[in-house]
Amino acid sequence: MAKVRGAVVVDNEECKGCNLCVVACPTQTLALNRNVNNKGYHYSYMENPENCTGCTNCSAVCPDSCITVYRTKAEH
Amino acid sequence: MSVLTEKINAIIKPENLVYSKSPLLNDDSMHYCPGCSHGVVHRLIAEVIDEMGIQEETIGVSPVGCAVFAYNYIDIDWQEAAHGRAPAVATGIKRVMPEKYVFSYQGDGDLAAIGTAETFHAVNRGENIVMIFINNAIYGMTGGQMAPTTLVGQITSTTPHGRNVDLNGYPLKITELLAQLPGAAFVTRQSVQTPAAVRKTKKAIRKAFEIQAQKKGTAFVEVVSTCSSGWKLSPVASNKWMEENMFPQYPLGDLKDTGRADASLYKVKG
Ligand SMILES: Cc1ncc(C[n+]2csc(CCOP(=O)(O)OP(=O)(O)O)c2C)c(N)n1
Ligand code: SF4
Ligand code: SF4
Ligand code: SF4
Ligand SMILES: [Mg+2]
Repeated sequence: MAKVRGAVVVDNEECKGCNLCVVACPTQTLALNRNVNNKGYHYSYMENPENCTGCTNCSAVCPDSCITVYRTKAEH
Repeated sequence: MSVLTEKINAIIKPENLVYSKSPLLNDDSMHYCPGCSHGVVHRLIAEVIDEMGIQEETIGVSPVGCAVFAYNYIDIDWQEAAHGRAPAVATGIKRVMPEKYVFSYQGDGDLAAIGTAETFHAVNRGENIVMIFINNAIYGMTGGQMAPTTLVGQITSTTPHGRNVDLNGYPLKITELLAQLPGAAFVTRQSVQTPAAVRKTKKAIRKAFEIQAQKKGTAFVEVVSTCSSGWKLSPVASNKWMEENMFPQYPLGDLKDTGRADASLYKVKG
């Protein structure tokens, strides 16, 4: 398994399932959840968390500011 | 706990934080449709104001259009203007409080249709304000009617067979026209559909606010945008449609970056 170097936290209730973060992620980390939030949206989540590099591409395109991004400093 | 969950939890720690929601965006859920460009641009404005440390000195003027409630989301002072009148209202605020940062935020119906006169004259006067222009080529708020910026052949609720030049005239490239005015200091056209485009737009918005501080004239930032509800496409398909159809008509890049013109060029001889 690839080293985990980044991780995102999606605010499930704020997410509107627009899919823009999923498309913007260069590592195919994200997908829309089969489940829906209280507004009825399929919220974004880390389907392949081990892929995330913490690049912030997803949070850059999110219109609803619902993604928080973390990245480890060390690569080992 | 699984090994993977442990690994993720080891990363999600304050010292590893690289991006979180701007402190200037409050807890109100934005009313915009999923994927709407307005949300991205709101965030960039909030981030720029926060990073410049000018929260207490900034006054926004919100439009009539989907962004009418912009004042609900960014924690600064706001004034809502009548339809199209945001540049006139921003002019008044800036002239009374010249030490404040003042910006208008308008859609294409607001800025390029009903408010055309206010737009042109504010820029022609070289008002020291920032104008943010969200061009989604449609009246989003009222149900997707044709705007001056609607493309030829584009289907809207008032052009069900596509915009027809014989009947509806040509798409109005208002940003190109405004760049001709001597009062315009900085005129640029950007977009927010990719991470790289978002970062460029943020830089342009920051530059616009800095130009205001330097009293160089009007700083105008168009953001070519999507309206997935009005266009009747998904947000992802809207971005693609925008790249294929909007960008050839509304090419991205700086149109002017000279500061307002020197008044002596216009002065009578005696
Ligand atoms: C004086 C007046 N005329 C017309 C309207 C109806 N109206 C509301 S929003 C709008 C157009 C909005 O389009 P745009 O500025 O492009 O904003 P968007 O919703 O696309 O962001 C119109 C015509 C109004 N509210 N007031
Ligand atoms: S931070 Fe980068 S790699 Fe991680 S989910 Fe977001 S876009 Fe994908
Ligand atoms: S971009 Fe934001 S709102 Fe859209 S699916 Fe991703 S997290 Fe949800
Ligand atoms: S109608 Fe269009 S502009 Fe208005 S919120 Fe929805 S997508 Fe955005
Ligand atoms: Mg519009």
